[in-house]
Amino acid sequence: MPSLGADMAAGKLVEWLKKPGDAVRRGDIVAVVETQKGAIEVEIFETGVLSETLVPPGATVPVGTPLALIVGEGEPARARPTPPPERPIAPAPPTAPPPVAPPPAAAGARPLASPAARRLAAARGVDLAALTGSGPGGAVVSADVERAAERAPAAARGRIDLAAMRQAIAAAMARSKREIPHYYLSTSIDMTTALAWLEARNADRPPAERLLPAVLLVKAVALALRRFPELNGFHSADGFRPAEDVHVGVAIALRGGGLVAPAIRDTAARPLDDLMAAFRDLVARVRAGTLRSSELSDPTITVSSLGERGVEGMLAVIYPPQVAIVGFGSVTRRPWATDDRVEVRPAVTASLAGDHRVSDGHRAALFLREVDDLLQSPERL
Amino acid sequence: MTADRPPPGTNEITYREAVKQAIRDAMIRDPRVFLMGEDVGRYGGCYAVSKGLLEEFGPERIRDTPLSESTFTGAGIGAALGGMRPIVEIMTVNFSLLALDQIVNNAATLLHMSGGLFNVPLVIRMATGAGRQLAAQHSHSLEGWYAHVPGLKVLAPATIEDARGMLWPALEDPDPVLIFEHVMLYNDTGPLPDRRPVDITKAAVRRPGKDVTIITYGGMLPKTLAAADMLAADGIAAEVIDLRVLRPLDEETVIASVRRTRRAVIVDEGWRSGSLSAEISARIMEQAFWDLDAPVGRVCSAEVPMPYPRHLEQAALPQPDGIVAAARATLGPR
Amino acid sequence: MTQPAATKPHLSRPHLLGLLRGMLRIRRFEDKCAELYTQEKIRGFLHLYNGEEAVSVGVMQALTEDDAVVATYREHGQALARGVPMNAVMAEMYGKAEGCSGGRGGSMHLFDAERRFYGGNAIVGGGLPLAVGLALADRMQGRARVTACFFGDGAVAEGEFHESLNLAALWTLPVLFVCENNLYAMGTALERAQSQTDIHAKAAAYQMPSEAVDGMDVVAVEAAALRAAAAVRAGEGPHFLECRTYRFRAHSMFDAQLYRGKDEVEEWMKRDPIVRLANWMTETGMMHDRDREELEAEVAAEVDASVAFAEAGSWEPIETLTRHVTRAQARP
Repeated sequence: MPSLGADMAAGKLVEWLKKPGDAVRRGDIVAVVETQKGAIEVEIFETGVLSETLVPPGATVPVGTPLALIVGEGEPARARPTPPPERPIAPAPPTAPPPVAPPPAAAGARPLASPAARRLAAARGVDLAALTGSGPGGAVVSADVERAAERAPAAARGRIDLAAMRQAIAAAMARSKREIPHYYLSTSIDMTTALAWLEARNADRPPAERLLPAVLLVKAVALALRRFPELNGFHSADGFRPAEDVHVGVAIALRGGGLVAPAIRDTAARPLDDLMAAFRDLVARVRAGTLRSSELSDPTITVSSLGERGVEGMLAVIYPPQVAIVGFGSVTRRPWATDDRVEVRPAVTASLAGDHRVSDGHRAALFLREVDDLLQSPERL
Repeated sequence: MTADRPPPGTNEITYREAVKQAIRDAMIRDPRVFLMGEDVGRYGGCYAVSKGLLEEFGPERIRDTPLSESTFTGAGIGAALGGMRPIVEIMTVNFSLLALDQIVNNAATLLHMSGGLFNVPLVIRMATGAGRQLAAQHSHSLEGWYAHVPGLKVLAPATIEDARGMLWPALEDPDPVLIFEHVMLYNDTGPLPDRRPVDITKAAVRRPGKDVTIITYGGMLPKTLAAADMLAADGIAAEVIDLRVLRPLDEETVIASVRRTRRAVIVDEGWRSGSLSAEISARIMEQAFWDLDAPVGRVCSAEVPMPYPRHLEQAALPQPDGIVAAARATLGPR
Repeated sequence: MTQPAATKPHLSRPHLLGLLRGMLRIRRFEDKCAELYTQEKIRGFLHLYNGEEAVSVGVMQALTEDDAVVATYREHGQALARGVPMNAVMAEMYGKAEGCSGGRGGSMHLFDAERRFYGGNAIVGGGLPLAVGLALADRMQGRARVTACFFGDGAVAEGEFHESLNLAALWTLPVLFVCENNLYAMGTALERAQSQTDIHAKAAAYQMPSEAVDGMDVVAVEAAALRAAAAVRAGEGPHFLECRTYRFRAHSMFDAQLYRGKDEVEEWMKRDPIVRLANWMTETGMMHDRDREELEAEVAAEVDASVAFAEAGSWEPIETLTRHVTRAQARP
């Protein structure tokens, strides 16, 4: 099968114009081949006798396949030729080195690291200089940073993280104060019954399984919210959208400054022990730096408790797009007027900051009353 | 060569046949559509794309032109202004340089110069690329030049489906659309695609992968997919993006992939200097620099007019080995 | 190379044998190329010159060593007739380093500096402005040289044809324009590409002396070329020859010739310029059967030797891939 074109790989033999036994001369047309451009005649470049056709009409064969045997005059019939070997393949072209500058040797204090690795290291507080790179030229790449962050998450957290967080807090709080018309309410809640119930409950438990008062407060807020949807949800450009479930965000301070408020999901529906476990887990993971980002965006309301710090009460700033935040001060023993007597009772100051675009003081007051009522019947929590 | 149509009973057609069917569909669908160019009629097309169309549609609509690239291209622009929907075929991109004036100074600018009065709904098809040993005046990949020009839309069908499907939306486009058919693709075979338009705004992920993004188009797609196979054998999952549209570029698909893999290699049969690959690399730098784990790699043709001998032509062109090496270079030692 | 001494062909036996030999060399070379193409020794596009030999052989008789030639992608005939060694041409067909263009050009791009052969140009019409420029350089440097520019009837449709004729005539430049009108621009017949099919009339419109000649008659071509070249050399400005000829083979190897009938080809083959000259020489007793046999054997040996030369040639190493891009090689 002759090559008839630059892009011809095979051809279909349409017709033989000579038959075995016919004499053929150089330049004769002996066959017709079908191509995508139409039928092309096959010219012969030898003189002799066509002794045998090797390809029948209708067959498609690769270029280079013998189509027929031509015997020179007086020459004995030759053996059938074998198809020629594959066309010699052009020598492999050189694989040119990719024209990309190799990374420079890490000089001085600036470690060799990819842009992605630098960004990730900044976000996760990983020290690039401490890493061995697996990338081009030994550069630290993002995967190296990820591995390092998983290996030593706590140790890896540091200044850069705090700086970023301070920025985030600054942005959120500035926006909150700029956009949200806050109103504030507060009330003192008698904790005598609640603490007595808690003491009884914790009596025969090991320290690790004991409930903290904060869990009672969180659960009371969550249950109360079921009746006050205007305090539980998100405000956006489209207006207020109440949340279907209650996911209370609990503010957790970080060593060295800053705070986060990850959610305890379905707070109202979970038993106290479960909430306690979730709370401990969150604290541990906040300190370890392994929070999931969804936990930070889930909360439908935030509860901030500064009891450990000894303050009596607080007026908190709403964390947008939430529409309310509840603050608790320390549970302190204080004078308490009751039935015309003054007693010393453990009490806590509960405050609420609400978004006046969504709710108002009357409903919020009823909400705080509901929290109070729940804490007077801790068995309902 | 092989025959045009697949053996009966199979549903495979060639890229060449797919282009022809697309032209046929358009001629049947819209009486304003006509084809003109050098040897598109009696000869059947330099690459046999239009063989048989003259018999079916007649010389009014399948018009053989004199060898006057500038004028018949310009006449296509005029006919488009006058209400027709011309398909102008230029034999190869090298010859289109004779019509560069009409394409760049008229087709691409009339709408703007006229303050929005006159748009040019014209399609220009041409062959591009090397691999057939046609030497330095028939083998270049200059589509990147056209992709430089505002006012043009530039398409590079790399698959049978695109060869069949891109012409329809191109003809419906109110502006000039250039379609580049790589000479090495004409004999490719594949399943018969539906008679329907394809999207001509998006790039396509031809092979998903997580380790490195390889961006290419047109005649380099098969070589890039071959390179991806070689990489897969070594456990490297390359994502292969077929640009499909060279102007306007679908940045979104490219950037999203690079953000994920953090590594990019661009394979472009054009010369490296001032190439489409340079543009894509720059956009990655602009938009995904902080997501990169390695410098962007490029595999382009050697900066030499295409030599005739096979071994030199092959050495001048991007090859799977070179693509593999460039992809590996983004990954560091393994 | 023939030194044209007169403006009329010298119809001596040695001269006519030389013309026959020149045409036969081209014919046999082209036939061998067709064979080698089917064997994939030659690749790319291959455009053969069979039938048109009288044009290049005839015109070359009118040129001196100092003159220049610009040709098209169907230029094997011009190269051989101009004196580019067959070995170097065949090696170029193979893409070997010993080829006249170092293997870089192939069939469509033959070049030879020594013989001032400025190449096969594969962009239709692309050679004409080049010829005008070569002639301009001669004019500006006071040299009485001719630049012969070959092109086909297809080129007549290009703007460059008209622009070049106009400029050459306007500036009185020493160009001999030679249109090889073989009636088809690839597959498009002249009457389907030209409103005016009388090509030499177009040249006349540019105030250029112009003549149509039977391109199947080598002596007629030679005579016309001698007259025209002499005038060009004398500073009379460009001249135009339309040589009416025919291509016996397809446009390129991959051409089903759907655009012309077999009877038409056969009719033209009756006017084969080689057969015509040979018959005439035999009839007039200027050539005998033995002369013809010797000539054929000599040409066959030269063709065979060129194939052997090309086969034995070397491939340029890949390491030098990017050379010949600029004279002062710069880093890409």
